[in-house]
Amino acid sequence: MNDAAFIRLSGVSKTYGRGQAAFQALKGIDLSVAAGDFVAIMGPSGSGKSTTMNILGCLDTPTSGSYRFQGVQVEQLSRKQRTVLRRHYLGFVFQGFNLLARTTALENIELPLIYRHEAAPKRHATARAALELVGLKGWEHHNPTELSGGQQQRVAIARAIVTRPAVLLADEPTGNLDTRTSREIMDLITGFNREQGITVLMVTHEADIAAYAKRIIRFTDGRVDSDRRNGEEA
Amino acid sequence: MLWNTLLLALRAIRRNLMRSFLTILGIVIGIAAVVTLVTLGNGATRSVSDQIAAMGTNQLMVVPGQRFGPGSELGAPSFKIADVDAMRAQITATRGVAPVVSKSVTAVYQTHAWSTLVTGTNNDFFLAGGWEMAAGRNFSDTEERAGKAVCVIGGTVRDKLFGRQSPVGSEIRLKGFACEVIGLLRGKGQAAMGQDQDDTVVMPLRTVQRRLTGSQDIGRIMVSVTNGASMDAVKLQLTSLLRERRKIGESEEDDFRVMDTRQLAETLTGTTRILTMLLGAVAAVSLLVGGIGIMNIMLVSVTERTREIGIRLAIGAFEREVLLQFLIEAVVLSGLGGLIGIALATGASMGLAGLMDVPYLFDPGINLLSFLFSAAIGVIFGFFPARRAASLNPIDALRYE
Repeated sequence: MNDAAFIRLSGVSKTYGRGQAAFQALKGIDLSVAAGDFVAIMGPSGSGKSTTMNILGCLDTPTSGSYRFQGVQVEQLSRKQRTVLRRHYLGFVFQGFNLLARTTALENIELPLIYRHEAAPKRHATARAALELVGLKGWEHHNPTELSGGQQQRVAIARAIVTRPAVLLADEPTGNLDTRTSREIMDLITGFNREQGITVLMVTHEADIAAYAKRIIRFTDGRVDSDRRNGEEA
Repeated sequence: MLWNTLLLALRAIRRNLMRSFLTILGIVIGIAAVVTLVTLGNGATRSVSDQIAAMGTNQLMVVPGQRFGPGSELGAPSFKIADVDAMRAQITATRGVAPVVSKSVTAVYQTHAWSTLVTGTNNDFFLAGGWEMAAGRNFSDTEERAGKAVCVIGGTVRDKLFGRQSPVGSEIRLKGFACEVIGLLRGKGQAAMGQDQDDTVVMPLRTVQRRLTGSQDIGRIMVSVTNGASMDAVKLQLTSLLRERRKIGESEEDDFRVMDTRQLAETLTGTTRILTMLLGAVAAVSLLVGGIGIMNIMLVSVTERTREIGIRLAIGAFEREVLLQFLIEAVVLSGLGGLIGIALATGASMGLAGLMDVPYLFDPGINLLSFLFSAAIGVIFGFFPARRAASLNPIDALRYE
């Protein structure tokens, strides 16, 4: 891999707190991800996988080391510049869905488009198209409480891909779902990766969910423990 | 960007109707209470000063003691009829000097009874008070001198005792003696403090002293000064005359007061102004309680709002955009609450002013003040928790419990 890699973490460390109470969540991570890849990040809790995810998602900054996203030195960006980066290149799916309460499916999906200042007619059309893509046509005007968990996660995925992001970051996207629904959600995410070439970075602790990915990275104690292509022997 | 943010703010208000309603309600009640009470208080103050102004500027009132009204100093002797006569004799620039003695008495005519205020005085009283006769006549010299049982009654007393019937020539009974009604006063309506001026019976001073109060004391003296004469000069003359008559030494202070209309107005409007301030203060408490209600609602929803902020930030909203949205929300809600409160207060004060017979005075100051106060509460409690949340790392905001 060279420096022009799509995503590259070099010697990334992250320490929370100071002095005695300091906790080193990441202890020098080196990681490259190619465009179009589908990476599952696994590991026990406290292993640093969520911290890595937050750094990759430009939600958090490393204490030391560097993060290049499409050649851009992310740790040198301001908070606002990182927001612009998120707004244009990243889509997020969370374990807890994190839809806005009492807000219809369509309005939830429209939200990132509003922050991209797209005009109303185009915004509505794009949001509708995304809703159809996740198979929720006809559910436009339902609030999150009127949707099942699987449906809520579909809305969340639609919200994440409605801006056609380069990277989809999914933090335990099936953590709150049953097996069958999990499979549907994973099929959906796999589809976006395969058909639209969206790079997917996914945190999970379930092996059968990780099996959907092309590449599986295991974290232990703030370090990369193993990194293999799916199908290779561990 | 502003349009987008406005859209987001309005959506947020719409999807939290209950919260929005409660926020508005607190402000509405607070503002309505403050504005209504202060407006009515102002109206009452104006009504007092108007009525005093209507008395004319050439009236003086002499009262024993240094203070006016309840709490007049004990030990300051009342006036006697000799004081009145001396004023009349020695002070030239007067049109009339009217002694006033009042007592509450029940008046009876046939089967009707009515408790009213009887005033013992002389004919100058009608001049000083601006009273006109609607029917009949005032007192004759003989009646005044002999203390005859005659009276002039006000419109309210007529209504209560005689109904539509003409009272002149009839006899009413007051505390065991009969009294011939010789005149009926033209109606004046409500007085400054809300009492009915027409609820009165006027009799010669001597009659009241002899039959009702049983003493020679005179409560106060009203002096009408000749038009064009100097009020200050008459005041000085009255003061030195009374000091001499009451044997007050050089170094001692007056044990009476000579007040002109302006002083009277100041005393009375001072009272209503204090009342207005008290009422306003009580209402301000309700505004404060409303404010605490808003604060409560805003703080209760802070968990949900913090997560919402986390979502927005993660999705790609600038901190500034989120803050602007929350600010607009707070301003729209508080502003709306303020406007509704002011509208409600305007309606209520107009209606109540009509009922209480005081003028309706729009006071821009109190409207603006209470509006700004409620807006400030809304903004402070809607905006500042949001500001804290927006400065969080989006991930922390998302996980906020």
